Amino acid sequence: MLEIKDLSVEVAGKKIIRNINLNIDDSETMVLFGPNGSGKTTLIKAIMGFEGYHIKSGKIVFNGKDMNDSPIEQRVRERIGIMYQHPPKIRGVKLAQIANFLTSDKAKITRLAEKLSLREHLNRDVNLGFSGGEMKRSELLQVLLQEPRLLLLDEPESGVDLENISLMGEVLNDYLKQKDKSALIITHTGYILDYVKVKKGCVMIDGRFWCTGGPKEMFETIKKKGYEKCTECHDAKRVD
Amino acid sequence: MQKELIKNLGIQDLETVASSGMDFSEKARSASFLQQDNRVEFYKSLSDGVEILSVEEAREKLPEIKEYWGKAFRLLNREFPEDTQGGYFVRVKKGRTVHLPIQACLFLKAQGFKQKVHNIIILEEGAKAYLITGCSASKAAGEGFHLGISEFFIHKGAHLNFTMIHSWKEDVSVKPISIALLDAEASFISNYICLKPVREIVMYPSAVLAGAKARASFNSLLLSHPGSFQDIGSRVILKAKDTQAEIIARAVSTGGKVISRGHLKAENRDIKAHLECRGLILSEKGTIHAIPEMESDFRDVDMSHEAAIGKINKEEIEYLCSRGFSAQEAQSIIVRGFMDVGVLALPELLKQEISGIEDKMLSEAF
Repeated sequence: MLEIKDLSVEVAGKKIIRNINLNIDDSETMVLFGPNGSGKTTLIKAIMGFEGYHIKSGKIVFNGKDMNDSPIEQRVRERIGIMYQHPPKIRGVKLAQIANFLTSDKAKITRLAEKLSLREHLNRDVNLGFSGGEMKRSELLQVLLQEPRLLLLDEPESGVDLENISLMGEVLNDYLKQKDKSALIITHTGYILDYVKVKKGCVMIDGRFWCTGGPKEMFETIKKKGYEKCTECHDAKRVD
Repeated sequence: MQKELIKNLGIQDLETVASSGMDFSEKARSASFLQQDNRVEFYKSLSDGVEILSVEEAREKLPEIKEYWGKAFRLLNREFPEDTQGGYFVRVKKGRTVHLPIQACLFLKAQGFKQKVHNIIILEEGAKAYLITGCSASKAAGEGFHLGISEFFIHKGAHLNFTMIHSWKEDVSVKPISIALLDAEASFISNYICLKPVREIVMYPSAVLAGAKARASFNSLLLSHPGSFQDIGSRVILKAKDTQAEIIARAVSTGGKVISRGHLKAENRDIKAHLECRGLILSEKGTIHAIPEMESDFRDVDMSHEAAIGKINKEEIEYLCSRGFSAQEAQSIIVRGFMDVGVLALPELLKQEISGIEDKMLSEAF
């Protein structure tokens, strides 16, 4: 579904992503670990095609199509969807307006909003005055209404209390269980791994992939020994 | 409403007048007034709680009007033009709540005409009403001028929700001058909408909170087109104890020049007042100059203001694009959201209607 070949990305003249290769197959979810500033969000934003994320070399291919020069809307039409880590607050634009744009199925909006405890938020300005958890739930609501084939989730659980992580995790898992739905998830806390079936994990440090492996074991190691351990063993498992 | 008048106006003018909030069916109105140039076309009250007349007729028939004429200006030691012709007189009777809005329309028709009106609006003690005034110009009315003087007298415990829609054109200059006087526990809400091109508008409506616990709020939505100059503000003088005021302004410039003023003046210690001005500049040629002013003789008053001017945040556009909107759709939805009629304190009855008018005007601009 998603193929990233030898990708290097610059932001404001600074090289952030360095020659990475990545494959996500149909119905596959991959989790991305890495310390702050390692380039995880940059990778997701480059896949989405945000302005200012300049591809210096390599290719992003989605469903066989070269996406390097496609505008964001094109990537959305190809069914790539993003859940922001820090979404902007937009005064005067209601969450319901966006939801109604994404689907004409009102019952579906109501159902999902209810599931995510967002019924009352639909009539509020998007993200304005939302708590951290509400923002994440609103992001999940929007991205799931887009019905993407590839979900890019940037720390979906950060700032969310445990009760709501479980709620979001279940909703997300239900979605990803469907046919041909894939995801790339950035996580710091690892909580999301308790809800979503993930077979592949990957560590990014300093704009490179250092190792891949089973996500749970990988996360346990990171928790115990930090990212330094990853750098130590990268010679053995390095993927690029 | 008289069929003949509708026939006389012609379809095009009819649409223009309707676009400034005039409901010709009068189904959801309690009284109507229409003046074209200096000619009062008709007035009619459908509610026994509302008197509506041309101001000249009111001055002739009602001797008590004499004490109201110019009173608001005298109180502020201000002069006012005496060479007016026409205008409306509205009086809502003591203790009456009038549920349907009263409507008035001032229409410019003849080429180069200088319309100068003086309106008197009185809400007697405990009365409650909605007033919607639409001011517009015929496509034929080139080089027109409109001067509108309005004096509002809102007596004890009365409430007036006033909505003014300006729907002018590129070669019309406009100068409304209005003052509202509020007695104790009275409240005045002024909603102002101006989304069409205009050559020049200069206005600085004022409210004087003369009685304890009086409240005033001015809310405005402004779209400034290339070539337009709009110097628009609101002023509230908080004279009495426990009075409150709020001024909220939203301005978008697609190339015009906007001066967005606001002035809160505390003449009493126990007051509360807030001023908020937000501006969006969508074109390199547009300018918005916000001038918020707060004035107090006392140290411990509760007054605040916030002002923010800028272009649309790129991140907001990108966010909406990542949901599938095109960049242009994203800009449009953000501007429409910024200009949402929810900013105005409109009565429920008018909310949908005015939202429709705004949608139509904005869809012409974006």
